[in-house]
Amino acid sequence: MKYAYYPGCSLHSTGQEFDKSLRAVCNILGIELVEIEKWVCCGAAGAHNVSKLLATALPIQNLALMADMGLDEVLVPCAECFSKLKTAQHSVKTDKKLKRDVVKALHKDCNEEAQVIHPLTIFAEEPLISKIPTLVKRDLSGLKVVSYYGCLLTRPPKITQFDIAENPVSMDKVLKAVGITSLDWSCKTICCGASFALTKPEIVVKLSHKLIQEAKSVGADAIAVACPLCHVNLDTRQSDMEKAFGTHPQMPILYVTQLMGYSFGLSPEELSINMHLTDAESILKKVSQAR
Amino acid sequence: MTEAIQIDEKASRLSDAVAAAGGIDVSYCYQCGKCSTGCPLAYEMDLKPTQLMHAIQLGLKDLVYNSKTMWMCASCYTCSVHCPQDVDIAEVMDTVKIMMLREKRTPKVPDVLKLSRCFVENLKWFGRMYELGMVGMLKLSTGKLTQDMDMGLKMFKKGKFNLLPGFTGAWAVRNIIRRVNKQEKA
Repeated sequence: MKYAYYPGCSLHSTGQEFDKSLRAVCNILGIELVEIEKWVCCGAAGAHNVSKLLATALPIQNLALMADMGLDEVLVPCAECFSKLKTAQHSVKTDKKLKRDVVKALHKDCNEEAQVIHPLTIFAEEPLISKIPTLVKRDLSGLKVVSYYGCLLTRPPKITQFDIAENPVSMDKVLKAVGITSLDWSCKTICCGASFALTKPEIVVKLSHKLIQEAKSVGADAIAVACPLCHVNLDTRQSDMEKAFGTHPQMPILYVTQLMGYSFGLSPEELSINMHLTDAESILKKVSQAR
Repeated sequence: MTEAIQIDEKASRLSDAVAAAGGIDVSYCYQCGKCSTGCPLAYEMDLKPTQLMHAIQLGLKDLVYNSKTMWMCASCYTCSVHCPQDVDIAEVMDTVKIMMLREKRTPKVPDVLKLSRCFVENLKWFGRMYELGMVGMLKLSTGKLTQDMDMGLKMFKKGKFNLLPGFTGAWAVRNIIRRVNKQEKA
């Protein structure tokens, strides 16, 4: 299996654990990732507030670069980038004038046929979902995890076409496939407040704290995520939550790919689990048993 | 006693302007309020999303433009998914912000716009997000120099930030932004 790969800016900096663990897991699963040459930022949380044309042109530039490389399917792990690429593609398909303007701004065609795919989608489907259990080397059945999908993978569903919008299950399926005990909860797609991470952190602290409390109330040992923005909010804001609400939540936040990689026998260092601000290594060491 | 709202003919075309700028027709909204009950940021807004839609329908432009609501929108799209009339409310929020910028109106929550401007400026220079550079620029622009210093330092020690920016794609993005600006002025 060979895919173009669009890491996006976060996966080269604050979300580099996601990049590293995804690459490691893909390597084991036999997926070849070809990073799009000279990819640019998708515009993320900035461009859409100032210009629809810019917010559409930047993602499309990356799809156009992909066409130059002769690849038609791209894996996009960051939920924000995934949403922006999908939205831009939908916009040029449905708005002819916007499409003309984008072509003029890029001096490139729009590559409407490109398939923008989130890694969870291919992990949760055949053939990989059957292959995953055969690769497991550590028994993590003692680990209870809730899957947090956040906003942008599932919404708006007519654009992202990811899983089931109100109750997505792909991450739960993947966690079960590696033998982790996946718990049901009601906050799978509730917002963590990511867009205010830099402008109004108190909002992030409040919303993310609520999510962690919900995860605790169903008995979760950790929260699995698939978005670098969700990860930063939930992981790095726990000291602020202590200041605001009195107790440090001590809730490990792990990328789904880190949990997969750990069950496949990779070390915490190979998956950058030691880079999180809230300790996530201890719980893994405590519950895991070699198979 | 009921009080009649005076709507002047010209002002009532605000919903047409929103539709022209962003492609969403707010006239389908019948104020059921589902958008507002699901909105995680409704508690921070002066007008609830449903009230903002209603104000647009009534052409109350000043009320809309002076509201915090669209600037406090997290773009989580919960409202758009909940809407039984299929009004893409989150998209309307973006559209109103962009209309305000075109008309050079000042937002009620200036920091959100400052962030967007710093973000785009950063891309113009580096093509990809250079986080330390953007955070620095934002701090200078908002004056909140010490906010989140503690957390930032912890993240820095863990090696999460790149010290130096890269320039891959910078030329391409600079040209894209230049052409977009030119087209939008035309």
